[in-house]
Amino acid sequence: MAMEITQILLAAQSPDAQIRTAAEESLKQFQEQNLPHFLLALSVELSNEQKPPASRRLAGIILKNSLDAKDSIRKEELTQRWVSVDPAIKFQIKESLLRTLGSPVAEARHTSSQVTAKVASIEIPRREWQELIAKLLTYMTQQDTTSSLKQATLEALGYVCEEVSPQDLQQDQVNAVLTAVVQGMNQKEHSSEVRLAAVKALYNALDFAQTNFENELERAFIIKVVCETAVSKESEIRQAAFECLVSIASTYYEILEPFMPSLFNLTSNAVRGDEEPVALQAIEFWSTVCDEEIAIQEEYGGADEGSSSLHHRFIEKALPSLVPMLLETLLKQEEDQDQDDSMWNLSMAGGTCLGLVARTVGDAVVPLVMPFVQENIMKADWHNREAATFAFGSILEGPSVEKLAPLVHSGLDFLLNAMKDQNSHVKDTTAWTLGRIFELLHAPTSAYPVITNENLPRIMAVLLESIRDVPNVAEKVCGAIYFLAQGYEDEPSSSVLTPYLGDTISALLSTADRTDTTNSRLRASAYETLNEMVRCSNLPETSNMIAQLLHEIMKRLNQTLELQIISSEDREKQSDLQALLCGVLQVIIQKLSNSDSKALILQSADQMMLLFLRVFACRSSSVHEEAMLAIGALAYATGSDFAKYMPEFYRYLEMGLQNFEEYQVCSISVGVVGDICRALDEKVLPFCDGIMSALLKDLSNSMLHRSVKPPIFSCFGDIALAISENFEKYVPYAIPMLQGAAELCSHLDASDEDMLDYGNQLRRGIFEAYSGILQGFKNTKAELLMPYAGNLLKFTEAVFRDKNRDEGVTRAAVAVMGDLADALGPTTKALFKESHFYSDFLEESFQSDDDQLRETATWAQGMIRRVFLS
Amino acid sequence: MAPPSHDLRRAYKRPAISDQQRRRELALLRQSQHRADSHHRARQLASSLLPSSEGPLRTEQEIEPEVEPGTEPEVEPEARVLDAPRAAKLGGAEARRWFARQIMLPEWMIDAPPDLDRNWYVFPRPAGKRCFVVSSNGTTVSRLRNGSVLHHFPSSLPNGARTKDKSGPSSSYSILDCIFHEPDQTYYVIDMVCWRGYSLYDCSAEFRFFWLNSKLTETGACNPPSTYHKYRFSIVPIYECTEQGLHAAYSGVVPYVKDGLLFYNKQAHYQTGNTPLALVWKDGACSQYLLDTDSKGQVPSQQQVVLELQEDGKLTTSDDPPHVFGCFDRDFIQKSGLRPGNLLRFAIRDESVRLVDGKMEISDLQFVGRSNRARAFADSHSKVLFQYAARHSPLRIEDLFACIRSSPTDEDGSNDIEMAG
Repeated sequence: MAMEITQILLAAQSPDAQIRTAAEESLKQFQEQNLPHFLLALSVELSNEQKPPASRRLAGIILKNSLDAKDSIRKEELTQRWVSVDPAIKFQIKESLLRTLGSPVAEARHTSSQVTAKVASIEIPRREWQELIAKLLTYMTQQDTTSSLKQATLEALGYVCEEVSPQDLQQDQVNAVLTAVVQGMNQKEHSSEVRLAAVKALYNALDFAQTNFENELERAFIIKVVCETAVSKESEIRQAAFECLVSIASTYYEILEPFMPSLFNLTSNAVRGDEEPVALQAIEFWSTVCDEEIAIQEEYGGADEGSSSLHHRFIEKALPSLVPMLLETLLKQEEDQDQDDSMWNLSMAGGTCLGLVARTVGDAVVPLVMPFVQENIMKADWHNREAATFAFGSILEGPSVEKLAPLVHSGLDFLLNAMKDQNSHVKDTTAWTLGRIFELLHAPTSAYPVITNENLPRIMAVLLESIRDVPNVAEKVCGAIYFLAQGYEDEPSSSVLTPYLGDTISALLSTADRTDTTNSRLRASAYETLNEMVRCSNLPETSNMIAQLLHEIMKRLNQTLELQIISSEDREKQSDLQALLCGVLQVIIQKLSNSDSKALILQSADQMMLLFLRVFACRSSSVHEEAMLAIGALAYATGSDFAKYMPEFYRYLEMGLQNFEEYQVCSISVGVVGDICRALDEKVLPFCDGIMSALLKDLSNSMLHRSVKPPIFSCFGDIALAISENFEKYVPYAIPMLQGAAELCSHLDASDEDMLDYGNQLRRGIFEAYSGILQGFKNTKAELLMPYAGNLLKFTEAVFRDKNRDEGVTRAAVAVMGDLADALGPTTKALFKESHFYSDFLEESFQSDDDQLRETATWAQGMIRRVFLS
Repeated sequence: MAPPSHDLRRAYKRPAISDQQRRRELALLRQSQHRADSHHRARQLASSLLPSSEGPLRTEQEIEPEVEPGTEPEVEPEARVLDAPRAAKLGGAEARRWFARQIMLPEWMIDAPPDLDRNWYVFPRPAGKRCFVVSSNGTTVSRLRNGSVLHHFPSSLPNGARTKDKSGPSSSYSILDCIFHEPDQTYYVIDMVCWRGYSLYDCSAEFRFFWLNSKLTETGACNPPSTYHKYRFSIVPIYECTEQGLHAAYSGVVPYVKDGLLFYNKQAHYQTGNTPLALVWKDGACSQYLLDTDSKGQVPSQQQVVLELQEDGKLTTSDDPPHVFGCFDRDFIQKSGLRPGNLLRFAIRDESVRLVDGKMEISDLQFVGRSNRARAFADSHSKVLFQYAARHSPLRIEDLFACIRSSPTDEDGSNDIEMAG
């Protein structure tokens, strides 16, 4: 076999599909028959200088894919398989890999450095292959090392740093790596290939350099070398060096102070004179500093005391030079940049950075930007007008309303006129700026209302005309209408829009129908803006119009079912459109069912449900999700009448619950089960066997995204509350799941914020499940739950002692104590007597600011007291 | 070796509409609110009138006796154990039953208690709708004796309106026993059951009346109506039941239409349901409603009673234990389509009534029909007896005065103490 592997690897790249398939089949067989020898053969192939580069490359790729996968479960499998390979064979493979780093064939070296890092990512955390770093470093220090070996070695070091986490390397290893990498950047000693590899390796090693950055001399040295590299003559190296600076600004913001003057000069020269890829990184440096300072300000909520030592106010200090530099970039637009989504150029980066600067310093940015706006806004060249508008739009977030309101007032009319500019870039940016004004400054109750009864007619007229402009402008106009409507969300002011609702709905519907763009975003924006118009409309004033819209959308949804579907692309388009239309229906259902106009929904419920079922029949996950959401809203609106749809709908609900790959679909289906339980009550019983078994399977499925699991527990509670004592047969399955999850809660990593959050969701779900079951069983089968009461109280106590519980968990936990006493009555007396924590828990709850929590605690206390008095 | 990505910055000139995520979040929010509502319903129904209290349980013993919180109303076990979710579905029928059982119902006075002048209060009962008024969480609800809601309104009672009165947790209840007097749209408070979360169930009437008089006026609940106070509350003049006290209650001028007199035993706790420690008495001079009317509002020529049909066909009063006046046989029940629990109206002929050991026996009940739907309960034995007496040999006001005069009185006991200010 070893003899043939070259042929097979070459055959696997043959243009002839038959040969290729056969080769792939033999590779697969070899792999299945004897994995260790297969891996060894691949490594031998990769390292053999006699073999053709093509077979070596594929050998390396297959080797790499045998060690790592994107999917975390597959990855774990591969890791385990590698770990179990005979150590002698693993040793041979690793030797081959290191040997290949010195290959004269660049592709082989490169592949080998990647595979080396993959092996390291498995072995180093397990405290194996500890000699790797030392070996790689020898290559760097040996006199006779070729330039290509050095380059491959640095690349390998970089990849290793990217793959393993900082705690897996010892400090002396880190020191040695940094030394080697920094030396590799030395301009005098090394070729440009070596230096580029060194800078890129440094980029990955920066995370490891925590200790080194704490040392003043060491960090000064590292930054000095990076700055020198940032003016190398090779632009690729300069770009990589600026990338390092960006990373340093983000990771080591607190030590930047002494370096800022030289960093300002360095970046400023790059922005003004360097090639675009380098200049973009230089702007990115300042955007990153803004990110850091915004994060500090948000964390300390503007309380200067606490943040002063951490907050260096670099942006504020650099402002007088930084802002002019950014304004210059705004004039470097490219033709047609608004049509190309993948475009990222200097003016875009500069404007984005200016927006971040405004958020960082607030008012101080305004006087530095306004002269530029005034000077350029009337100029003949569209570049000036667009740049002026973009500058103005960029600083609308951050400065105070007091500062901005007068400017917006005097500028609004100008902007509305500019919607008729002859250049479409200007119109695009103007529409975007109007959207920003409405998003950020428009509030009818504000002391500085942007939109008044006087200017609203003109604003609406301009928007409804401009929505017919070219697609990219129309999309921005949709955004402006969206935020304009959002400002009137509150009931009393929503009447203001009533006179415009009819025209706006028609304009949005025609916009959704436009055929002059292939980009689906305009249509999505139009429908989503329609949603916001519906949400913010005034009822009952507009209920007739919304009822008309409901019929129009149903008509459109019906039309999607008749579309001719030939390709998978057609299918996808149909599905996207159905998603948007189902979204509008969901919003309408939700809007009307909370009002006196609910009858309008009930009249059309049958038709809507039929449409949703037909949409399901087209089978596409994203529609599935939107139709599912709409059905949940419909179930709430129809109440127990929903029962008649269940026989047809049930199989789709079950499909949704089983769709663990698309966890959003699964999660929404779980939520809809809750809606249905509340709508149907005991009428949901015939479907509960199926639902419960799907839910239990989901819980045991390790592939299902964890975020779906807490809602499943809450859903148990919904079901139990609906079907009362009929939940009995599920108790032997549900309770162990709850107990298992409760057990899991105590083992979650408390240092990981995501896990803390998850732990809280899980706890809340568990408590909601118990609450529903206890209340559901209260009068009939409560005694069945007695065996679990002790466990539940212990869990509650553990939660009480957990410092990380949030208020939602606290409420659910306090409620469950009351439910326990309420449902089980006197039998819990002894339990509560032993559990002293409950009175502390109640006491703590009484001190809370949360009315709902205090009320729940009062109730729980009453229930427990009743137990004691019995 | 991924270079720092610009993806984060790509929001370039794109309006931040992410409506799908918004729809998802709004849907989740709606679901979680509805879940909370249904849990809340399941819980609150059973406890909506439990006296709530502030502070943790274990301090119970440390609290001074007069404000001792938390003992709960004496209610029948079946009223406690509610099938909450099902009751909610029944449109609140169970809830009404529950509320209906919370009110203390005076027996009708057949004979004057011998210690009337020493141990009793007397006050003129306002004519109107007897109800429980509960203020909590920024709103006030009044419920009639049959449990149905009379008004839902803001009031100056503690936590009775959404104002910034932060004198205690907004969830703590206050519960007043009132009579709503239509002509002046006023709630006349005749008893205080719970105040700012402190239960007064187990307090003597003496303390409850004292507390009522001192606390109610503090809140501004007796002020004329305003935006956050839709109905005026008022207290009634309560007298020691001495000769002068009885006289004042009987013939004194009050701002409301009188409907008889109420007598409360000073030591009695607030006991839900029928109690002989609170008594109602009427005559034609102090009440327009001495004799019961039928469904047409006429006083029928024969006395009528309302009884409850039991599972076994027995026809009983609302007392606990019930008093049996008669029985239907199974055939009749089946033919007539009546069900256990139905309230039925009967006429009684005078000659069919016998009094045996203070209990009434009726040998011949004449079935008239079903009673008015708004009724929640059958008549009590004492009411039937009082109505019978009123038609034949009523207990007159002179008899009450005579009873007071004949009993030995302490010197200081004869002074009037008017507790209403």
